[in-house]
Amino acid sequence: MMRMTERPIDPEALRRELLDRAAGAYASFEGWIRNHNDGRAVTRLEYEAYAPLAVTEGERVIREAHERFPILHARCVHRSGLLEIGECAVWVGVSAAHRDAAFLACRYVIDQVKVRLPIWKKEHYANGDSGWVNCERCAAHG
Amino acid sequence: MTKTLTVRYFAMFREHAGCDEERVELDATTAADVFRLLGDRHGASEPLGHCKVAINDAMADWDSEVADGDTVLLFPPVAGG
Repeated sequence: MMRMTERPIDPEALRRELLDRAAGAYASFEGWIRNHNDGRAVTRLEYEAYAPLAVTEGERVIREAHERFPILHARCVHRSGLLEIGECAVWVGVSAAHRDAAFLACRYVIDQVKVRLPIWKKEHYANGDSGWVNCERCAAHG
Repeated sequence: MTKTLTVRYFAMFREHAGCDEERVELDATTAADVFRLLGDRHGASEPLGHCKVAINDAMADWDSEVADGDTVLLFPPVAGG
C-alpha cells in the first residue's frame, strides 16, 4: 500500500500494520530531513507531489517487490508540503518470514520510489536562497 | 495537425511556465513534440531524458502520440525520498 500524506508520519503506528504471525522479520527505512545538502546549510524542505500518479506508481513498485521477494506485507508513506529539519519525509516497512527478503524488498521499494514517483523537493537554504533538488543539477550537467 | 491540449506543469516547470496549467494549440504528434515546443516557448532547456510525462493521468513514453483534447502532464526530474 502506498500513501501520500501532508501530516507527520508515525512509524510506530505504521509498523503495527505489518504485524503478522507468519512474519519472522521486519525491516524499515525512514528518510529524514537533514540540515545540509551539497555543502549548503538547509533550513527546511518543501515537497510537491502529483498525488494521484504518485500513489499509482508507488502501488506498482510495491507489487513488484511482492513479485521479486518472498515478503508478507509492504507499505510506503511519503510526505508532501513543508517539512522541517529532522522530520520523516518517507517511510518504508516490510515484513517477511525471513530477514533477507525483508531487507532486500525494503531497499527495492525506497530506491524505486525515489526515482519513479512524481515527487519534487525544493530546498530552502540558510542564506535565503532556494532551489529544486536535481533539476538544477540536471540542467547544469545536461 | 494542430491539436488543442491541456498541459499541466509541476515544480520547476511550473515556475518556468509561470502557470500550473494552460490550454495550447500545438502542431504535435508525440509527447516529445509537446515537450520540445513548449520548452522553446518558455525558454526551458531541461534535457528530455531526465523528465517524465503522463497523458490523461497515466504514465506515458515520450514517443506516445497525443490526441486532440488530451491532458499532458510534464514532470521535471523527480526527487522523492
